[in-house]
Amino acid sequence: MSEYFGNIKTGAVTIATGMGITLKHFFNAVHRKGDAGLDDVDYFRQVDGLCTLQYPHETIPTPPNARYRLNNDIDDCIGCGQCDRACPIGCITIETIKVAPDDLASCGKTRDGQQKKFWVPLFDIDVAKCMTCGICTTVCPTECLAHTPVADFSEFDRSNFIYHFGNLTRLEAEAKRGKLAEIQAKAKAEKEKKAEEN
Amino acid sequence: MSTTAFSQFSMPLLMGNSLNVWSEALVGFNIMGLPLGLIIIAVIPLLFIALYSLTYGVYGERKISAFMQDRLGPMEVGKWGILQTIADILKLIQKEDIVPTSADKFLFVIGPGILFVGSFLAYAVLPFSPAFIGASLNVGLYYAIGIVAIEVVGILAAGWGSNNKWSLYGAVRSVAQIVSYEIPAAIALLCGAMMAGTLDMQQINVLQSGDYGFAHFYLFQSPIAWLPFLIYFIASLAEVNRAPFDIPEAESELVAGYFTEYSGMKFAVIFLAEYGSMFMVSAIISVVFLGGWNSPLPNLGSFALNTWTNGPIWGAFWMISKGFFFIFVQMWLRWTLPRLRVDQLMYLCWKVLTPFAFISFVLTALWEIYVP
Repeated sequence: MSEYFGNIKTGAVTIATGMGITLKHFFNAVHRKGDAGLDDVDYFRQVDGLCTLQYPHETIPTPPNARYRLNNDIDDCIGCGQCDRACPIGCITIETIKVAPDDLASCGKTRDGQQKKFWVPLFDIDVAKCMTCGICTTVCPTECLAHTPVADFSEFDRSNFIYHFGNLTRLEAEAKRGKLAEIQAKAKAEKEKKAEEN
Repeated sequence: MSTTAFSQFSMPLLMGNSLNVWSEALVGFNIMGLPLGLIIIAVIPLLFIALYSLTYGVYGERKISAFMQDRLGPMEVGKWGILQTIADILKLIQKEDIVPTSADKFLFVIGPGILFVGSFLAYAVLPFSPAFIGASLNVGLYYAIGIVAIEVVGILAAGWGSNNKWSLYGAVRSVAQIVSYEIPAAIALLCGAMMAGTLDMQQINVLQSGDYGFAHFYLFQSPIAWLPFLIYFIASLAEVNRAPFDIPEAESELVAGYFTEYSGMKFAVIFLAEYGSMFMVSAIISVVFLGGWNSPLPNLGSFALNTWTNGPIWGAFWMISKGFFFIFVQMWLRWTLPRLRVDQLMYLCWKVLTPFAFISFVLTALWEIYVP
């Protein structure tokens, strides 16, 4: 019998406690929950208030050294293709054209003064495939390939996930290719001539 | 029309203390022999249910539940998400009206209808204001608790007709629930009826009016009245299938219980019925124990707060706000307590509520006999 009344008492007390807690939260919903971190002394004291982050309208900023979307600074890229070979899932497609000797000056140098020896007409990164492992960035000799803090880059069309970094237009690439082929053909002809002379 | 004539015309309608002026005026309102007034009387509660469940029922519950869980609730459609319910209604209207092939078509279609009619019929005896009541029955309270029980037929029809194990479980649980909660609920209301000495809803309200406002309410008229009040409130939660007694629709166990197979407008009708009966039980509890349309404010000397805040329009205000308060408590409980198991509900209703209801019944009877 005492158990019976004890149960009723426990029920009443626990319901009242629970309702008190929910009502406290209800009235605390007028302000935001504080943003004290785990290290703060007040961390466990600021349990009340709205927690919702209305995402597209407000975001928690990503840290400046965050490693999310892969980005290639094409001006520094020497077209070595090591990233392509290192990528475990093959999300990088790279195509290069050797720079003709008289074009070396117009092709330019990287930021640390290294002469670029390849045009990079095609440098595509499929960021949808990229798993941000960072292997490509470690092998990159000029450190032009890096993960950026941009975390939100959703698209409606999957083809938009392929980011193009190539620095030549198709026509330019054709021209460079033609020029290179010409030079190579000339060199070959000279070589053959030399061989014949010998 | 001169001003005096106008005041003579409007004064009794707005300020008069005679009961049921509005509804009687509407009863006599015929156009070309058609009883248009009667239709309007029936339409008013219907409009009320629709409007209140749109605003307070759906939007309010979402917001209240969100705030209790430190969330924001709907925020995107309109300012503070105010138009969210409208958007949902639009979606529901556009949905295809699906009847599963293996369902019992007749029962499946008629289930939500019975459900809604059951909760709507009870509004006939609801005194919305001193001047308005659908039907002033002298057995109003009896009728109200009787007619609300029809809902369980609708639930059983919906659950059985769906031909789905979750729905059937939900329906069977609902029937098992009704035999548990109806007894304490009815006995608790009998305590109120004993104190009033009548079953007429309008008379129960009249008997609770007086200069001291809330002190005339039956909750404060006897030292034991809080017990039947509490018992009826708990039992009414079970009656409208609200948490912690939402066993028939237990979404974590039974998908959605008896309305698993429903979508579109049929689903909307089931929801409307749920919100309708939520206000219904809240209104019954406020009529029987909290004075219905009577103002709770007392007359304080020259500040005749009670007199100022009584009247047909004030009456409607008090009635609806008392009902809304209890709906708030229902929501508050819903977001506080976890669901009871079926056997826990049986334990609560049969072994706790029923004996205490009997005790309060006897004590109320003794109080009414021996204390003048």
